[in-house]
Amino acid sequence: MAVYAAVYWRSFRRYSTYRAATYAGIFTNTIFGFIMAYTYIALWHARPHLGGYNQTQAVTYVFLGQALLLTCAIFGGGFSEEFAERLRKGDIAIDLYRPVNLQGWWLASDLGRAGFHFLGRGIAPLLIGALVFQLQLTTDPLVWLGFIASVFLGVVVSFGLRYLVALSGFWLMDSRGVEQLAGLVAMFMSGMVLPLTVFPTWLGDVARVLPWSAMLQVPVDVLLGKRSALSALRFEAIWAVIVLVLGQALTAVATRRVVVQGG
Amino acid sequence: MAYRTSFVMMTTAQFVVTGLDFATIGIMFTHTNSLGGYTLPEVAFLYSASGVSLGLADLLCGNVERLGQRVRDGSLDVMLIRPVPTLVQMAADQFALRRLGRITQAGGVLVWSMTRLHVHWTVDRIVLVPVMLIAGTAIFCAIFVLGAAFQFVSGDASEVMNAFTYGGNFLTQYPPTIFARDLVRTMTLIIPLGFVNWMPALHILGKADPVGLPSVFQFLSPIVAAVLAAAGALAWRVGIRSYRSTGS
Repeated sequence: MAVYAAVYWRSFRRYSTYRAATYAGIFTNTIFGFIMAYTYIALWHARPHLGGYNQTQAVTYVFLGQALLLTCAIFGGGFSEEFAERLRKGDIAIDLYRPVNLQGWWLASDLGRAGFHFLGRGIAPLLIGALVFQLQLTTDPLVWLGFIASVFLGVVVSFGLRYLVALSGFWLMDSRGVEQLAGLVAMFMSGMVLPLTVFPTWLGDVARVLPWSAMLQVPVDVLLGKRSALSALRFEAIWAVIVLVLGQALTAVATRRVVVQGG
Repeated sequence: MAYRTSFVMMTTAQFVVTGLDFATIGIMFTHTNSLGGYTLPEVAFLYSASGVSLGLADLLCGNVERLGQRVRDGSLDVMLIRPVPTLVQMAADQFALRRLGRITQAGGVLVWSMTRLHVHWTVDRIVLVPVMLIAGTAIFCAIFVLGAAFQFVSGDASEVMNAFTYGGNFLTQYPPTIFARDLVRTMTLIIPLGFVNWMPALHILGKADPVGLPSVFQFLSPIVAAVLAAAGALAWRVGIRSYRSTGS
């Protein structure tokens, strides 16, 4: 376990090193949050209570989305860029040589990244948003605790999905195309572009039982009091187990394809 | 082009990524007939004008945003000693065909929206459409170059640029009427993103200006684009003059 904790902490430290990049990211997330907030205000002005949210809740949804966009690496990225690079260059052979679980190693690394992105990049746009717009942020510590737990599981599910995509590199060599497409699916199905409750009914119903909803829709609903933390965490835990087990099985198949050019 | 599957998928992704924004707008319009007083074809017109402009700008000079990386790995020095303008080399290097995805998708929406708009197509309105697209492309190009020049000062902050290019694209996809007036003023008078499509589109669509700027502004896009391009060229020149390679 100690080794995974070390990987987690090193990854956290690595992302926190680039201060200018962090400020730039906060700036960008805040700008996008503002633009989205105005579009939502216009939509909820035309249709109050759309998707079961009032206007304040809809704007809160926007800024939580900006907070979790990087935390849950909804558009992809995070560990997978480095993973793909190591795969192309062949450094992956060293990773396989290590006496640790490949998936566990990268999960620890990605959790470190997510931890930093949540604290360093997620909270600031939310606070700036709360200064300008009226947001619905509860003061109940239990709800916040449920939200944090839900975000944590959301990151695990997100990692599991991205890991499966990254493994495609063992067959394709260049996984960038699949990763971009997977990122788009995630943007749409997580509720990042619009809350899933606003989708056409059939699509929204399907999207809400799929794993992507764990990255955004589910944690936000916990914080807005639309869903009990218990039901949310159970849903996310089931998907986390499924994707991680799949990842484990696919790793076994994929590593059999690795040919190390010795010398 | 070495990885064929990946190329096909990346082009598709580029095609879909802009489509995703439009799908969002489409879903919004399943719940309402007008957003800020604009109908779906009108919003689609704004969306596609901005999308085509950004797509063309990205194709022509999107690569300059890799300047920070080039400074770090030293490949900028190689470009400096070649007898071709550095900016041209930067823009042409890794010319990516997959960027056609955005242009095709936005172009398709543009054609669709123009067939659906209830606009009396007078000559001035027809002429203003290509003028708007060219000026918009020039404005986004200038922003790309300004952002690259800024990286001579701070190499890690390239993401700030995304707020102006992709953020600007996202902003101008929607009608100016839905935003706070101060925001629209800032985005037109200070950061001239409003000249990409909002200002000319007000005339083409026959809409009232929500912030009441003089109507001559609706024809000023080419001049704004020229001024901004000059500013970009100047900033680039200053940046490259002040650049000191670490040498090796």
